[in-house]
Amino acid sequence: MLQIKNLQVKAEDKQILTGVDLHVKAGQVHAIMGPNGSGKSTLARVIAGHPEYVVTGGEVLYEGRDLLEMDPDERAREGVFMAFQYPVEIAGVNNAYFLKAAVNAKRKHLGQPELDAMEFMELIKEKSKLLEINQAMLQRAVNEGFSGGEKKRNEIFQMALLEPKLAVLDETDSGLDIDALKTVAAGVNTMRGPDRAIIVVTHYQRLLDYIVPDHVHVLSAGRIVKSGGKELALELEQKGYSWIETGAQPVGA
Amino acid sequence: MSTSTETIEQLANREYKYGFVTDVDADTIPKGLNEDVVRLISEKKGEPAWLLEWRLKAYRLWLTMKEPNWQNVKYDPINYQDIVYYSAPKKKKVLNSLDEMDPEVRATFDKLGIPLEEQKLFAGVAVDAVFDSVSVATTFRAKLAEKGIIFMSFSEAVREHPELVKKYLGSVVPYSDNFFAALNSAVFSDGSFVYIPKGVRCPMELSTYFRINAKDTGQFERTLIVADEGAYVSYLEGCTAPMRDEHQLHAAVVELVAHDDATIKYSTIQNWYPGDKDGKGGIYNFVTKRGLCAGRSSKITWTQVETGSSITWKYPGCILQGDNSIGEFYSVATTNNWQQADTGTKMIHIGKNTRSTIVSKGISAGHGQNTYRGLVRIGKNAKNARNYSQCDSMLIGDKCGAHTFPYLEIKNTSARVEHEASTSKIGEDQIFYCRQRGISTEDAVNMIVSGFCKEVFRELPMEFAVEAQKLLSVSLEGSVG
Ligand SMILES: Nc1ncnc2c1ncn2[C@@H]1O[C@H](COP(=O)(O)OP(=O)(O)OP(=O)(O)O)[C@@H](O)[C@H]1O
Ligand SMILES: [Mg+2]
Repeated sequence: MLQIKNLQVKAEDKQILTGVDLHVKAGQVHAIMGPNGSGKSTLARVIAGHPEYVVTGGEVLYEGRDLLEMDPDERAREGVFMAFQYPVEIAGVNNAYFLKAAVNAKRKHLGQPELDAMEFMELIKEKSKLLEINQAMLQRAVNEGFSGGEKKRNEIFQMALLEPKLAVLDETDSGLDIDALKTVAAGVNTMRGPDRAIIVVTHYQRLLDYIVPDHVHVLSAGRIVKSGGKELALELEQKGYSWIETGAQPVGA
Repeated sequence: MSTSTETIEQLANREYKYGFVTDVDADTIPKGLNEDVVRLISEKKGEPAWLLEWRLKAYRLWLTMKEPNWQNVKYDPINYQDIVYYSAPKKKKVLNSLDEMDPEVRATFDKLGIPLEEQKLFAGVAVDAVFDSVSVATTFRAKLAEKGIIFMSFSEAVREHPELVKKYLGSVVPYSDNFFAALNSAVFSDGSFVYIPKGVRCPMELSTYFRINAKDTGQFERTLIVADEGAYVSYLEGCTAPMRDEHQLHAAVVELVAHDDATIKYSTIQNWYPGDKDGKGGIYNFVTKRGLCAGRSSKITWTQVETGSSITWKYPGCILQGDNSIGEFYSVATTNNWQQADTGTKMIHIGKNTRSTIVSKGISAGHGQNTYRGLVRIGKNAKNARNYSQCDSMLIGDKCGAHTFPYLEIKNTSARVEHEASTSKIGEDQIFYCRQRGISTEDAVNMIVSGFCKEVFRELPMEFAVEAQKLLSVSLEGSVG
C-alpha cells in the first residue's frame, strides 16, 4: 500500500527527515513512536502533502503510484487520510456541511453519485453513534470551541465517514480521557480490515493496548532507528528512548 | 514560508461574466456638463419646473464644491467634462407592455439572469430594471397597486405622484450633502421609487437591477423609499456593467424614510465591473445612501455585499431620530486584484433608546485595499442609546491591506457603545485541512470566506444569499492558487 524509501524532507532550511524507510501493507497497523521533535508529524504531513515541506530526496509510493506527485486533495480523494495532531478550527462553517462537502468530493472523484442531505444524515447517524458524536457537535462550526477530546473524536469520525485506504493518525490519543480513549480506539478498530492500512503516531503504549499494532517503529532525529513487534512499545514504555540511541546502532550511522 | 505564500498568492485572471456590451440604438447626449445639459435632461424627462429648479440649484452648488479626498483610495482625477450624462435605449413610443421593449435590452436582462416576464421571475420578487439612464421595465406593478403600494421608476413617480416625490426628495440626503450627492441631484436620470402605505406589509421582495451599458456614460440614479406607519418592505438592488478599459462613474443617491413602527430592509449586491487584473478599467462607485428612522420604533437595515467596482466609496447610514428606533448595517466588502474599497456606515443617534448594530466583514486579496470607516454619533438627547460594532478583516495573501477607522462621538453619558475588531489571515493550515479532506483549494477558500461572512449573508433574502455566495466566490477566484 505505502512504500517510503530513503525519504528526506526539509522545512525552512531545516533538514527534518534524514532518510525514512517504511513499508506498510494493506491490512496492517503500524505504530510510530519517538521523542518530541523527531519528525513524526512531519512524516504524517508529508504523506498528506502539506505544502510547507520540501522533499529533498527519496520517494513515496502509494498503491504503486508516486504519491508526492499528487495534490493533497487528490491524495485525500484517492483514500489517504490524516487525523491531525492539532485539528484546525474554521469559524462559521457548519461541521455537518463541511463533512458533506468532503464525502461528496470523494464520491464525485470515484464516480459515485453525490449524497443528498437526507442520505448524508442517514450516514452520519450511523457513524456518529460509534464515536459518540452528538447533534450539537455537528451543528457547530468545524472544530470551533470543541474541547481537545472532542476535536480528536471528530477526526476519527471523519475517518469513519471517508473510509480511507490509508489512515495516518497523529497523536489521536493525546488529550483524551480514558473513556474517550476507549471510544476512539473502538472506532479505529472497527475500521481495521484487509484492505486498509493504518499508521498510528503515539507517545503512549496505553493506546496500543487497545489498538494492537502489527509493527512498531521508533523515529529519532529524522529516521527510523528501530522496528519491532508490539513488544517494542512495552520496552520503550519502561526504558525510554535513550537506550536505543546509545545501545543499538542506527542503520547507516 | 515561501511555498505557502506562493500557494496563497497566485493571482490568476478572474473572469467577469457580465462584461458583455449590448448593441442598442441609444438616445445619447454629447459628453460634458453645463446648465444646458441639466435642462436637457429635465426636458427629456418632461419634468415639472420645480424639479428643474432643484436640479439647477444643485448644479450651481456643485460648481462651488470640491471633490472629497479624505478617503483611503487612490485614483486619477475624474474629468467631469468627459462623461456622457444621459443615454437611453431609443423607443418610438411609450411602452405599454414588455413586448414592446427593445428585444436587445430585454435579451440583456435575460442574459444577466433577470428575466422580466413576471411568470419567470423568482416567485415573490418584483423587479425594476434600469438600463443606462432610464428604467425599462417594472414588473408586478398591478399586483402591488392593489395594496396601494407604489413601485415604479423615479421618472414615472415624478409624473404620477409629484406630491410624494416633492415631499421626500432630498429630505434625507439634501443636494448640498456632498460633492457626489450634488452632482447626482443635478443630473440624475432615473432610479426607483417605492411607497408603502400605512399598515401594509409588502407581500414580495422589491428589486431594482441596474445595468450600465453605454460607453463613457456615467450612471446617476436616485432611489427613494418611503414606508409609512407600520409598513414593511424588503428591497434589493443589483448591478453589473460591461468590461471596458476606461473607468466609468456611478454616483447614486438612495434615501429611505421609515415612519412610526415601519421597517425597511435594503440589501445591495454590488457587482459592477471591477477592472481587469492589472487594475485597468472598472467602475468608480461613489454612492450616498442614508435612511431616516423618522418615527418611533422604526427600523432600517442596510445589508450590502460589495464584490465589484474598481473603487467603492459609500457609507449607508441611519439617522435614528424616532425614539426606540433601530439602525443596522451588515456588510461584506471584497477587494481583489487592484480593487479599493472605503466603506462603512454612519449611525446617528438622536432619539431616546435608539439602538444600532454594525457588522462589517472586509476581505482583501491580491493588491486589494479594504477600509472600514464608521461613525457612531450619540447626540445629547439620545438617552440610553446603544451601539454594537464588529469589524472583521480577512487577508488572503500578503500584498493586500485592511484598515479600520472607527469614529465615536458621544454626547450622552448613558450611552453604551461596544466595538470589536479582528484581523485574520486565511490560514494555509485551514486550507490544508480542507484539502486533506478532499475539498479543492477553491472550494476551501469559498467555504472559509462564506463562513467568515455568515452573519451578513443570513440577513439577505434567501434567493439572494445564494447569489451573494456565488458572487463572492467568483470575485475571489484565482486569489489562492
Ligand atoms: N513547517 C516547519 N517549519 C520549520 N520547522 C518545522 C516545521 N515543521 C516541523 N518543524 C521542526 O521539525 C522538527 C520535527 O517536528 P515534528 O512536528 O515532525 O515532530 P514530532 O516528532 O511530531 O514531535 P511531537 O512528538 O512533539 O509531536 C521540530 O524541530 C520542528 O520544530
Ligand atoms: Mg507531532
